[in-house]
Formats: sequence, structure tokens, C-alpha cells
Amino acid sequence: MLAWTLYISLLGVAVLMLLPRGAARPARMVALLTAVVGFVIALAGCLTLDPGKLNTITRVPWIPSLGIEYHLAADGVSLTLVLLTGIAAVAGILFSWNIEHRAKEFFAFYLALIAGVYGVFLSFDLFLLFVFYELAIIPKYFIIAIWGSTRKEYGAMKLALYSFVGSAMVLIGLIAAYVVAGAKTMSLVELAHFAFPQSFAMWAFPLVFVGFGILAGLWPFHTWAPTGHVAAPTGASMLLAGVVMKLGAYGCLRVAMTVLPHGMDPWGFKLLGFGSWRDVLSLLAVVGIVYGAMVALVQKDFKFVIGYSSVSHMGFVLLGLLTLNEVGLSGAVLQMFSHGVIAGLLFGVVGRMVYDRTHTRDLGILEGMNLNKAIPFAAVTFTIGSMASMGLPGFSGFVAELQVLIGAWQAFPMLAVVAGLGIVVGAAYTLRVLQKAFRSRCRGVGTDFNAGTDRGADFDRSRPGDWTLSAAPAGSDCAELRLAAV
Amino acid sequence: MTGAGYMELLKLVAPESIMVLTVLGVLAADLWGLRGEELPFRRSMGAIISCSGCAGAIGWMLVAPQQANFAEGILVVDPLTQLVKVALLVLTVCAILITVDTDFTPHTGEYFALILLAAVGMMFLVSSEDILMIFISLELTSLSLYILTAFNKRQAKSAEAALKYFLFGGMAAAFTLFGLSLLYGFSGSTSLGGIADAIKGPRLDPLLVAAIVMTLIGFGFKVAAVPFHLWAPDVYEGAPAPSAAFIASGSKVAGLVVLAKVVMIGFKGAEGSAAWHGYLPGWVPVLAVLAGASMVVGNLAAIAQTSVRRLLAYSAIAHAGYMLLGVLGHDGQSLAALIYYVITYALTTLGAFGVVAVVQERVGGDRLSDFAGLSRRAPFLSFCMLVFMLSLAGIPPLAGFFGKFYVFAAALNSDPKNLGLLWLVIVALGMSAVSLYYYLRVLKQIYVAEPAADAIPVRASVLSRVVLALLSLAVVVLGCAPNLLIDKLVQAIRLAGF
Repeated sequence: MLAWTLYISLLGVAVLMLLPRGAARPARMVALLTAVVGFVIALAGCLTLDPGKLNTITRVPWIPSLGIEYHLAADGVSLTLVLLTGIAAVAGILFSWNIEHRAKEFFAFYLALIAGVYGVFLSFDLFLLFVFYELAIIPKYFIIAIWGSTRKEYGAMKLALYSFVGSAMVLIGLIAAYVVAGAKTMSLVELAHFAFPQSFAMWAFPLVFVGFGILAGLWPFHTWAPTGHVAAPTGASMLLAGVVMKLGAYGCLRVAMTVLPHGMDPWGFKLLGFGSWRDVLSLLAVVGIVYGAMVALVQKDFKFVIGYSSVSHMGFVLLGLLTLNEVGLSGAVLQMFSHGVIAGLLFGVVGRMVYDRTHTRDLGILEGMNLNKAIPFAAVTFTIGSMASMGLPGFSGFVAELQVLIGAWQAFPMLAVVAGLGIVVGAAYTLRVLQKAFRSRCRGVGTDFNAGTDRGADFDRSRPGDWTLSAAPAGSDCAELRLAAV
Repeated sequence: MTGAGYMELLKLVAPESIMVLTVLGVLAADLWGLRGEELPFRRSMGAIISCSGCAGAIGWMLVAPQQANFAEGILVVDPLTQLVKVALLVLTVCAILITVDTDFTPHTGEYFALILLAAVGMMFLVSSEDILMIFISLELTSLSLYILTAFNKRQAKSAEAALKYFLFGGMAAAFTLFGLSLLYGFSGSTSLGGIADAIKGPRLDPLLVAAIVMTLIGFGFKVAAVPFHLWAPDVYEGAPAPSAAFIASGSKVAGLVVLAKVVMIGFKGAEGSAAWHGYLPGWVPVLAVLAGASMVVGNLAAIAQTSVRRLLAYSAIAHAGYMLLGVLGHDGQSLAALIYYVITYALTTLGAFGVVAVVQERVGGDRLSDFAGLSRRAPFLSFCMLVFMLSLAGIPPLAGFFGKFYVFAAALNSDPKNLGLLWLVIVALGMSAVSLYYYLRVLKQIYVAEPAADAIPVRASVLSRVVLALLSLAVVVLGCAPNLLIDKLVQAIRLAGF
């Protein structure tokens, strides 16, 4: 049944393509309906399926002469991420409610992207997984290039090319692994049990890991993420940061680490203090955590702050994966979910509530607007989101990052300390942006909203119910998680 | 030869004979029956006659499949050659249907006759394992294609392209002939099997090396591999759109299949190796260099193009590189991968040229800017172009992706212990990441750019729409269910004895 999350999204794309041109309303309704049904199916799947084992949904031969199967299945990790996708899809479509320009095409691309994401999380045949992985690249390009803002065509092309280069690296590793294993099967389960020669795993593992890592914002291949997220329309930023980056981390875990575990074995010699690929990659993850946080600290653009914070938080995911212990791994998966919801919430507030009404994302200008008074609901939700993002106890971010740090402490004590430093910087940039955007009263207490604007921001209060409604799902998820965490 | 022998031969060449009779029929009908009629009517009638001839030939092959090797490879008819011939005829039919909507020549009968003659040449080309027959069919194909390129007499570009094509082609043919005559002198046989028997031996004779290199130059020209590619951009740009489409699709299929046959059967025993640390002289390293150079030059040069047709030409050069990778594996699986790749590529590029032809006819040019905002002016055409471009870029689930996957896997699988061709696969995948950039540039114009203020909707005729719809459907279906074609291919190749 869980497979219907995928089929229903594709069905939605087909229905949208058949709709007449022009009318935005039916397109929105179709998209929302599709996403809600997908979410309900995902939720039902999470509640009914046993997360402790591999639940096969469909397994039929696809290309028998090459041993390729159409194999959909779900275990605990997939279930979590499928649920996350369902949440992000519904929230993203609600936050895209104001799209009037070529709405039908927007939602068609959007649902195609969601279908690709569901597909990746549910595939247990590497060929199939790769098909969905690449299927997700093209809609991203069009969504950003057509409906985006700031340097949209540059951001879109950069994102598409980075993703494609990453997937080309993955494909090299996959084809080589397929051939080395005897060219009989692409099944993830069977390849995971195949004993690949050490020499092969040693070069294929970093290739595949970094290939997927590019999409997970692995430093220094992260630069597509901030530009892409900033250029994207709000709904797409939420989906990109919330779910699509997780595709990369999921691929690292599911493909690189599962199929080629011996690639992480020690080299047998030390080079500059590194003894294995695991050391090198976890250093890159930690550099990503600290670097992303430091860069976020000095951004002038509100959305860039969130963009770089995503790089920083995804560093925790990768670090958690590389600890290879139970605490670290469960922390990494929890961080994927937690960051998915938090990033969605933050991008939603910045893009739809703040930017659409003030028409600026410049923190210097926002500073004078006293948005705390003007849009209190946005201020409250953003504050909740940023507390979770900082990793305050009681929020999901805390549990996830604490677990990752404990795991890292066992595996790489030095790096754990540095990563902990990253959390401190994280608190700093979050407080800075919170203060600048919402809490600032530096231009005179009680100035009314319009007095503080120097770019003639026309404040759109015409449909307040609109965003209150659409913020609700993301906000309540956060609350839900907070409860769970407590 | 006895009478029974001729009867047998006649049966074997029945599809080709049907085609030749159709050529005469088209010419005769246009000359006597249709002289005084309107041009569109003459075009339609010519197309109907030509297509029914092709359909007859396809039907004959499907109804009466044969397996025979006539006179030591002069004519080989087996499921494999018949499959490739059917594919060639399908491409011919599509090219003819694209022609119906264009208006560049009053000499419709001659035009269809030449397309059909080129197709006959290609059919003989893929079904012969004898160097003499191969050369004659090669010349029949090439000469027809030269004239097809020059057919737009109103445009100087068309004549210029044809002259370049002809001069390069003549030179390449000279090289091929020289190489083939050396092969004959070396082995005393014109059949590929006989040549292979003479080659057998651990060391390569210098004479043989010269012969191999010269022969490969000729075929390298035919498939537009670097450095014999210089004709391609001009021809793709200057030739009338249907001719360019046919050259890009049919000629590519025939050229690669015959190249694979010549090297895999004729040069058996002289493979050598192009493995990274295991270089051995032979034809494999020569083709590996051509393949690598084609991928790099084709993809990088395509980035700078502003004409969609030239862009497609450079993309064709790059794809020739990927296809040669399929030849390098030199086993049955590689051949299956290669033929899958060339057939799906040909369908895709034919479709892309079909869209370009319509746009050029209605908008007046094939610059990238002529495509601006096409998705608002012709949503259906744009969607077809989206499918074709993404398939060329190798995005799943379209046929182009599976073709690449299959070719790369087969190339690596020819040497699973050392993964000797891994370096070339890495070059290929790296370059295919580059290629996404320029395919997206086309799609960016179509979907992202705004149409000019005075732009009017672009209307394609029903026939063009149907052809393009079928081609994009084929690209999607062959990508989602590749086993439809692969199962047949693998079986045919097993029967053919590779």
C-alpha cells in the first residue's frame, strides 16, 4: 500500500497535465488532494508496518536479462523519511498557494519531484533507486528557474549540474559494483551480502559516498545548497532543504555504507593523521558544521542564513552516519527528520510570511520594521523553529544532535568537541537573525510598521487567514516532535 | 551459379527488391501521373507510395523470417540483420513523414526516391559480411545522402554543406578502399571471416596495422567520430531538415552496426587492449581514442552553439563516442547494448529534428532564441522536445538513460576482473554531466524564457503531431520497459553466433 504514495503523485502529475490551461484553482486543489492522500498513506504505512524489519511491498522482475527488479520495500529508516516527505509535500503545497503564474505546470513539476523522492526512499533495487534519484533532478531545475527569485537561473543550473555530477559519480560506482558482483543482480539486499574485494571498495566507496554527499551538502561541495535554496520559491525551498537534501544522506547510508562497508576500513597507513576514508569524510562533515554556521553568522540575506544553517545541520547527519555506532546512526536519522521539519518551517516563515509581505530579505532593512508587532504569528513560529534549530532541550534538534555528539564522542573525540563548537556558533547565528528580524527596536520603540521601511514595503494584510492556515501543519509537527522529545 | 541459386538469392533480397521497385514506382508516378498536380498533393502521394513500400518490406521480414548466409557472407540474413533492417525502415518512414510538411523542393519524386535508395544501401550495408559488398553499399548510401543534403536549391548553405560532406566523404571513402584493398592483399579473401582467419596470430603485421587504421578512418567518418567529424555540424545545419534527420538517425545506425561487424568479425584476433595499465596494440585502443576524443570534443563544443541544429550535431558526435564504447566491449552483450543504444538514439534524434523542422518552418530559424517561450506557443511540441532532450541527456526513465547504463555496464563487463575500460566509462559519465548543461539550455529557452511580445502560437500539422507523439512514446516506453527490445536483441545475437 505504501507504494501508492509514489503512484498517487505520478497520477497527480498526469491529471495536472490534462487540466486546461489558465485556471490556478483546480491545479492547486488537485495538488493538495494528491499530497494529502500521499501523506495519509505514508502515515498509515508508518503506523501499520513494522519498522524493525524489511517490509517488501512489491518485487517483480523488471529487466530480467540484466537481473534488474522492480523492488519496493520499506524499513524503519525509509518509513521515517517517507512520512517526512508526506509532511513536507502538504506543507510545501499550502505555502505555494499564492502561485498564479503557470500554476498548473508548477504543481506538475512539484508532484513529479515528490514522486521521485518517495521512489528513492522506497526502492530496494539500486537501479530503481537511481532512476528515481535522477528523476528528481529535472523538476527542481524548472521549479527554480521559472518560479524562483534572486539569480534564479544561475541557482537552478548550479543545483542541477551539482546534482547531476554527483549522480554521475554514483553511477560509476554502481555500474562497477554491479559488474564486479557478477552482473546478475542490482538488489540492495543481495549486493549488501556480496563480499566486494577490498581494493575495489577502497575506491568505489568514497566515490559513491561523495556522489550522494554532494546532494546532502557535504563540504566543500555544498555551494549549490544556499544559492539554490535562496533562489527557489518558498514551497520548493521547504522541499529542497527539508527532503531533497535527505536524499543524499539517505543514499550515503543506504548505498555507500550498506553495499561497500569495507571502503571504511583502515587504509593500513597514516597520511596527515588520517587512517581511513571514514576519518577524511567525518572531518569534512565537521568542517561543514562549523563552516556553515560561521558563514550563516555573517549573512545579510535572511534566506541565506537558513540556507547555510542547512549545510551546518546536514553536517550533523553525515557525522552521525560515519560514527557507525547505534547512538550516532539513530541520531543521524532523527536529525534528518528533525531538520526536515525545522528547515521547512523556517523557510516557510522567511519566504511566505516575511518576504511576500515586506518584499525584502535584507536583515538590515528588516531590522527597522519591528516585525514582532506587525506579524506576531510569524515571529512566534519562527522563534519556535529557531529554538528547535539551536538544539534547545525539549526540541527535536536537541535529541538528534545530542545523540550524534555522543556517538561522535565514542568514535572521534576530537571531532566531537569541534562539532560541539559548531552548536555554539549555531546558537549565535540563530539568535542574531531572530533578534535582527523580529526583536529589533533600534529605530525607536513603538514605531509603526510603515515608518521603518525604506524600500516602501507594501504590507499585505489582505488575506491573513491564508498563511495562518498553511503554517499550521509545519508548526504542529514541530510541537508534536517537541512532545515526543520530552 | 545455378538457377536455383538465383531464386534463393532473390528470396533473400526480397525486402531490398521491394524497396527498389518502390523507388521506380515513386519516380514513375511523379513523372507521369502527378506532373500537373499541386505540390502538396504530389508530396503526399509520393510519401504514401514510399511508406507503403517500406511497410511492405517490413511486413515481408516479419512474416517470413529467414536465416541464411549466401556465398560466404556476401549476404547474411538472420534475425539480427532483419531486426536492424526493420529499425532502419521505421526510421525511413518517419523521415519521409517529416518531409510531407516541409516545402523546400518541387522535385518530390526524386527526393523520396533518394531517401529510399539510401535506405536500400543501409539495408545491404548491415546485412553483408563481405568487404566488397560493404564498400558498394557504403557508396550507394553516401552518394544518396550527398544529394539529399544539397536538395534545397534555394539556399546556398545547403549546397555548401553538401560540398563539404562530399569532399570529406570522398576522402574517407578513398581511405576505406585503400584499407580494404590492403586487407584483401593480406588475406586473399573478401569475406570478413576469411580476413579473420588470416589475422590469427600473436603478432600484428605492420601492413595489417595500416589496413586496420585506414578502414577505421573510413567508418569513423561515417559515424562522425572525432577527428573525422568536421562535416557533421555543417551538414546538420545546412541540409533540409528531413535529410538532416535521416543522416543523423538512419546513417548512424547503419554505420555503427557495420563498424561493429567489421571489427568484431573481420578483425577478430587483432583486438589488443585499451585497459589503463594493460595497453596492447590492436583495433580496440584505436577506437578507444576515437571514442574518448568524440565525447570530450563533442560535448565541449556543443556548449558554445547557438543554433539548435549545430548543437544536435555536436551532441551526435558526443553520442558517437558513447556508442563506440559499445563496440569496444566486443562480445554479444556489448553488441546488444550498442544496437539498443543506436536504435533508441536514432528515434530520439529523429524526433528532435522533427520538432526543429516544425519550428524552423513556422518561426523561420533554428537559433536558440527562436525557441524562446515555445512551451506557451506550442505546449505539445515542447513536451516532445522535453522528452527528446532529456533522453539525449540520459535522464531516467527515458530510453537514453537505459542505453547509457547498458553500454557502460557491457563495456565494463567485457573484462570484469580488471574493469579495463573503467577510465573511458569515467570520461563518458563525466562528459554526460557536461551534456546536461547544453540540453538544459535548449529546455530553458522553451520553458523558462518568455516568448516575444508579438509571438503567435506555433501550429504543427496533425501528421507531424502524430509522428512526434509516437516517437516520444517510443522513447518513454523503451526506457520504462527496455526488455521489449533487449530480449529480442539478445536472442537474435545468440542466433547470429556472437
